[in-house]
Amino acid sequence: MNRRVFLKSGAMAMLSLGFAPSFLGRAAAAVGSRRKLLIAIFQRGAVDGLNMIVPHGEADYYRLRPTIAIPRPGGEATGSAIDLDGFFGLHPSMAPLKPLWDNHSLAIVHACGSPDNTRSHFDAQDYMESATPGLKATRDGWLNRYLQVSSEGRNPLRGVALARTMPRSLEGRAPALAIGNVNEFGVRGADAAFEAQYENTSDPLLRAAGGDAFAAMRTLRQAAAMPYRPAAGADYPTTPFGKALAEIARLAKADVGLEVAFTELGNWDHHVNEGSVNGQIATRLAEFSRGLAALAADLGNRMADTVIVTMSEFGRAVAENGNGGTDHGHGNAMMVIGGNVRGGIQGRWPGLGEGHRFEGRDLAVTTDFRDVFTEIVGGHMGVSRDGLSRIFPGYAASSRPGVIGG
Amino acid sequence: MKSRVLTGLLVAIVIALASAAELTARNDESRIPNPQSRDEATIIHAVNRLTFGPRAGDVDKVRAMGLAAWIDQQLHPERIDDAAAAALLPALEPPPASADPRELRRFARQQIQSLAAEKILRATYSERQLQEVLVDFWFNHFNVYAGKGRTAEYLAEYEREVIRPHVFDRFRDLLEADAKSPAMLFYLDNWLSADPNAAERLAALRNSGFGTRDSKFRFGLRGRRLRPIPNPQSGVAAAAQGAKRKRGLNENYGRELLELHTLGVDGGYTQKDVIEVARAFTGWTIDRDGTFRFVAALHDPGEKVVLGHKVKAGGGIEDGERVLDILAAHPATAHHIAYQLAQRLVADEPPAALVDRAAARFRTTGGDLREVVSTIVTSPEFLTATVRGAKFKTPFTLVVSTMRTTGATVSDARALVQTLQQMGEPLYMCQPPTGYRNTGDAWISAGGLVSRMNFATRIASGNLPGVMLPANPPSADLALRLGSPEFQRF
Repeated sequence: MNRRVFLKSGAMAMLSLGFAPSFLGRAAAAVGSRRKLLIAIFQRGAVDGLNMIVPHGEADYYRLRPTIAIPRPGGEATGSAIDLDGFFGLHPSMAPLKPLWDNHSLAIVHACGSPDNTRSHFDAQDYMESATPGLKATRDGWLNRYLQVSSEGRNPLRGVALARTMPRSLEGRAPALAIGNVNEFGVRGADAAFEAQYENTSDPLLRAAGGDAFAAMRTLRQAAAMPYRPAAGADYPTTPFGKALAEIARLAKADVGLEVAFTELGNWDHHVNEGSVNGQIATRLAEFSRGLAALAADLGNRMADTVIVTMSEFGRAVAENGNGGTDHGHGNAMMVIGGNVRGGIQGRWPGLGEGHRFEGRDLAVTTDFRDVFTEIVGGHMGVSRDGLSRIFPGYAASSRPGVIGG
Repeated sequence: MKSRVLTGLLVAIVIALASAAELTARNDESRIPNPQSRDEATIIHAVNRLTFGPRAGDVDKVRAMGLAAWIDQQLHPERIDDAAAAALLPALEPPPASADPRELRRFARQQIQSLAAEKILRATYSERQLQEVLVDFWFNHFNVYAGKGRTAEYLAEYEREVIRPHVFDRFRDLLEADAKSPAMLFYLDNWLSADPNAAERLAALRNSGFGTRDSKFRFGLRGRRLRPIPNPQSGVAAAAQGAKRKRGLNENYGRELLELHTLGVDGGYTQKDVIEVARAFTGWTIDRDGTFRFVAALHDPGEKVVLGHKVKAGGGIEDGERVLDILAAHPATAHHIAYQLAQRLVADEPPAALVDRAAARFRTTGGDLREVVSTIVTSPEFLTATVRGAKFKTPFTLVVSTMRTTGATVSDARALVQTLQQMGEPLYMCQPPTGYRNTGDAWISAGGLVSRMNFATRIASGNLPGVMLPANPPSADLALRLGSPEFQRF
């Protein structure tokens, strides 16, 4: 099936379900005409991937999680997994993402993660963001290296994090920006005199950061001239995460040169009272999913050129702990969303039986998270093989998880 | 008196080292000034690092006193009268008697605001500046997140009784005070961690008349139990879901104790060690009155092996104390603590030789933190020209140093608390156990500079509520000075 036919049939399928898939309908005509965009979303604190993308076909899942497992689809009146393929299901709070699954623009790579076995949040986030697991000396993040490899131009708006401080993924030599929101990004008062101070300082780091600040200010002043109104149907959560996603959409539409955007949602470290169909994880996943669905709806036909990828530093132990929560584990699930995404469950499922678990307790990793990154940066962003070897030093993807391309 | 002599001795050694270094110096950059120096740049540098920034007149005062004597005084805060600063701190609201979750949430929000304001006032006005610099350092080392459950209720006591009294104490004492603090027990979940086989013992305890029949968490005598945990994220009464569950092991504290508090992530421990440490701390929990309590019925009495040391079966509270002994005496801990202190006080990548000497001092003094800090701040590396202005101010240091350099009167710190939120360092609200970093790579960014320039402009224009500049009009270029690249460093 070629891309055009797929997109159209996907759109028709959604229309028949009563959804308004504006991006797919228009995408068919617009493919290839625009700048590619990658939106990376970090679930900091290690989301419980087994309660997010539920292996409801696994008896061990229910045996090891007597109080927090998500019931089999249709199992409980109070809520149960939303079936995807007869074996996996979405947490019921993730219903907003089901239409994206149905039209094949949501790929899920389960049992995905790092070859490094650390269960330290700090190290595992560091490794995922530097994309060099086990190597702490790497100074820059993988998204920054993408910016370094793909262009020499110094536009700090090519890479933007909606965050108060620069995330590790975007740290590095290529200019990038961390901002709280678009409107407040500007210097009131003597901006020319400030600019001169930063131009003339002998401090190279502050000269570069200052230069980027003033360049970005000029561009954003235009983008922020009008108040932002999301597209119809984009129902963002009224939380900092929802606002950050809306700002990403705003920058994407304002054509400021955005190629890589980053934001994050924390508070997944549920050692105690994680909850099941209700409770802490349900609340978190509801905000997360509603945000992603709103972003996709807001970007509309730009989704044809956009890939959204979600990640979390590691998964959580297969068995629940003694406090109705889960301790740090290993493999997790990543989601990839976009018009150019090959929807479905990708990667190999190792099973949850004792012999198949990592160190006897955690979901094993069958897909290196860098394989997913590599396929997105290569297949979607169009980076050459040579560029990939600079973005992922010392690593050649062993397999294509198959998340990009129809 | 004894430590003054010791400091004098150290200073003498430093002078000797410094002159030796000067003899061998090949270029100006590696010239090391005499710590008795009256040289302005040297004094400014030392004041910058050991305080939240010089106020008008501070440099002259240090020169008159002598740099070494001033450093020695800062190392002994108990010798510094601080009544004036203490009088400026508003009284804190006591935790509510009510168990109503809404009331507790309101209190938590209020308490975090008040404590954040207090932290800013203290850092601005206290004469015990090095102590407050180190309180900030150790709070981040032993970070707790006030937004999690009941942590905010324990926060005031945590900083006042666990962190501040121990910043010049033995590390082992700080570590134990921290391990037994309700704030840390709650934040890293150890209060809930129990021997998975404890259920039967608990049942026996219940039958013998302890606890009320339907209480969810039986800790104390006479049926005292913890109030349900308000859950700020979901609004769901989290404890209600836990009702039917049996309690068991929770590794959260054990892991961070090894990774962050003591050995460091490369300190050579394994997942097995994490579990053994967690087992040793089972039963370390919080009583209903909000104090530490060891509950033997929740403790795993089996043998543990931690980093190759056997902790024999049948122990109680001493299992955890023994683990703290092992960790505090471990060479990796000495190195980790020395490295981190040198990173805060000297440079983002501190000189290896200095870290080694500070770690050696840690080991030979049984982890005396005053001696470790003294070793660092009286070292030639501390005063060397290459490290001057090499640190980048965290938002907290920037805001407080701005108050100090302008001589501003802070009558209400709420606007400053808000500023720190916008700059990405909301006080007491750092969620991960790593705390806020004090290195430049964490804070240098285009967006961060924009916030700093805007803050400088607002301060200089007298436009920040609760902050008043001195009567004589500030110089025309105050905003530019406060927002300059140079003022962001120290």
